[in-house]
Amino acid sequence: MELLLKWLPYILAGISVGGQYALIAIGYTMVYGILRLINFAHGDMFMIAGLMAVYLATALPLYITLPMVLVLTVILGCTIEVVAYRPLRTAPRMSIMISAIGVSYFLQNLALYATGGLAQTYPKIEWLARTVNVFGASTKMVTLVTPVLVIVLVVALVMLIKHTKIGMAMRAVSRDFETSQLMGIDINRVITVTFVIGSFLAAIGSILYFTNYTGIMPTSGGMPGLKAFVAAVFGGIGSIPGAVIGAFVIGICENLIKGANMTTFSDAFTFVLLIIILMVKPTGLFGEKNIDKV
Amino acid sequence: MKKKVALLLALILVFSMFAAGCGGGDDEAEYAGTVKIGVFEPASGDNGPGGKQEALGVQYANYVQPTVEIGGETYKVELVEADNESDNGKAVTAATNLVSSGVSIVLGSYGSAVSIAAGDVFKEAGMPAMGITCTNPQVTKGNDVYFRICFLDPFQGTVLANYAWDNGMEKAYCLSKLGDDYSVGLANFFMQAFKAKGGEVVYEQFPDKNSDFTGYVANAKKQGCDVFFSPVSIEAAVLIIDQAQAQQLGMPILAGDTWDSNKVAEAAKGTDVEIIVTTFYQEGGNPQFDEGIKAWMEEDSTALKNNGGNTDLAAVTAMGYDAYFVALEAIKAAGSTDPAAVLEALPNVEYDGVCGKVVFGENGDAVRDVAYVKKCNNETGKWEFLAEQTV
Repeated sequence: MELLLKWLPYILAGISVGGQYALIAIGYTMVYGILRLINFAHGDMFMIAGLMAVYLATALPLYITLPMVLVLTVILGCTIEVVAYRPLRTAPRMSIMISAIGVSYFLQNLALYATGGLAQTYPKIEWLARTVNVFGASTKMVTLVTPVLVIVLVVALVMLIKHTKIGMAMRAVSRDFETSQLMGIDINRVITVTFVIGSFLAAIGSILYFTNYTGIMPTSGGMPGLKAFVAAVFGGIGSIPGAVIGAFVIGICENLIKGANMTTFSDAFTFVLLIIILMVKPTGLFGEKNIDKV
Repeated sequence: MKKKVALLLALILVFSMFAAGCGGGDDEAEYAGTVKIGVFEPASGDNGPGGKQEALGVQYANYVQPTVEIGGETYKVELVEADNESDNGKAVTAATNLVSSGVSIVLGSYGSAVSIAAGDVFKEAGMPAMGITCTNPQVTKGNDVYFRICFLDPFQGTVLANYAWDNGMEKAYCLSKLGDDYSVGLANFFMQAFKAKGGEVVYEQFPDKNSDFTGYVANAKKQGCDVFFSPVSIEAAVLIIDQAQAQQLGMPILAGDTWDSNKVAEAAKGTDVEIIVTTFYQEGGNPQFDEGIKAWMEEDSTALKNNGGNTDLAAVTAMGYDAYFVALEAIKAAGSTDPAAVLEALPNVEYDGVCGKVVFGENGDAVRDVAYVKKCNNETGKWEFLAEQTV
């Protein structure tokens, strides 16, 4: 019991940051599932969502700012898809990947220009940022809210994919792009919905993440984005439950390592884990097996 | 259609470049010539806020004194700014740009690491450089062209350790950033002095681009430390204060000169986190300077923004102001805009600035033996003077 109490602050921090990684990881994994594209701009969109909240909150009250952030991030995500990915749909996969990297740098530099390179402080959401006590460990309310919210959202998302028409279309497209097109599925609509969901979750993730770690810099999306990507690969890219479990594993392990006084290695751990997974189980925990049809 | 659009875009890019290049060109008939002073400061990255505040001091000084007399003729002083992006790699490029743009002397940089990285460029070019607030000994050691006007980390670390020990703190948690010369250096000097006094130390480092300080704050609490020593960048400072509040750290945070910034004070406002820093200048030390620069910032919206949105003075701004005048003295003494002549004149320059007298001693370091200890008032979000501390 005493041991548990000693580790509790680290476990809490791990669950919280893991939940935030999960929300970003879902965006990576869904886009990959449908388009076979790793959307490198996803982490930067997460950062832009944070900056939007900073700038909107200077003029508007929070109860308008936060819904606006969600809506604007979704619009941004779809715009990126239409401008940078859609024209390249028939191009080789490498071109679209390079385009994604280009968008990522564009967003970073846009943020650099807007902020002048200075860190912006995220607006304080009273209810989420207040200090609460859990069995003697003080933490922010957001730590407790995150895992609950993540589970609710993931369950809703899985329901959407399993039980609705658009969900069925998404599953069909992820199985076979060309055939589903021939079956009369509107590919562009499916892809737009994918980006809407991904951006929406990234925006929620950014609200939770930046309430916890309040400084936003143009490069702030880099590390969380990278770790969420590792989480998606860990869980088997293309699989939503896999991405969520991967994210929680990474978040918790990272913080336990910090608690074991090996803080220097906490980031190295994430990437060593990636290498090991790729060597032992290249498709990840829940990844689909690649069957070559002859 | 697509080709036309692409061509149009390309043309716009080319023309906008021309437009940017052809700006300026005001008449300099009334002056005998221009003397250029390089401002080598980070305007972005981790140390962006601090670098901008330091550059503000230089800009204000240039506003107050835009000309210099060389050999009986009036020269206009032009500031050439180069952003080193708080990055050791970019620092070399920025330094090279400054050297090739024909400056007579370089001021800066905020953040010792970039100064050390760029030291060789200045050395090879024989370009005199003057550190304003970079406190790591390595900046000037073994480099004949690098001078500095502030105190050094062995001094600052000892002052902080003495302060902690004298106030009954026996176990210190030290946190520095991996690979950052400033924070690692200062933490080491602090630990040496603190251990020599008989204190106990827990030491940890965090990697670059880290924004999650939950684990570090939890560790300090778990180890039962009396003080949290983290001489890191302002960006990290804001995040650490936030976490310290969330987890109810329950011990004072001690830091070096970087934390003396209105951004840090603002982050601590409304919390119950106790913050104590050592610094170069205390607001109110020179009322005339304080008033002047505040009025200037009120009028110039960019300056106000670069200072973090209010007119509270950071010590680095006052130091930047002094550095500019020391540079002018050196140029006057040299009687020429030639860097080599300025370099020769610089060691013998003496100047009475707002932060005290500047005299260069060993290694080109200024002789300083006093640091000011300040504490943050959690209600007002302002710094309050505690004591003058010597070793």
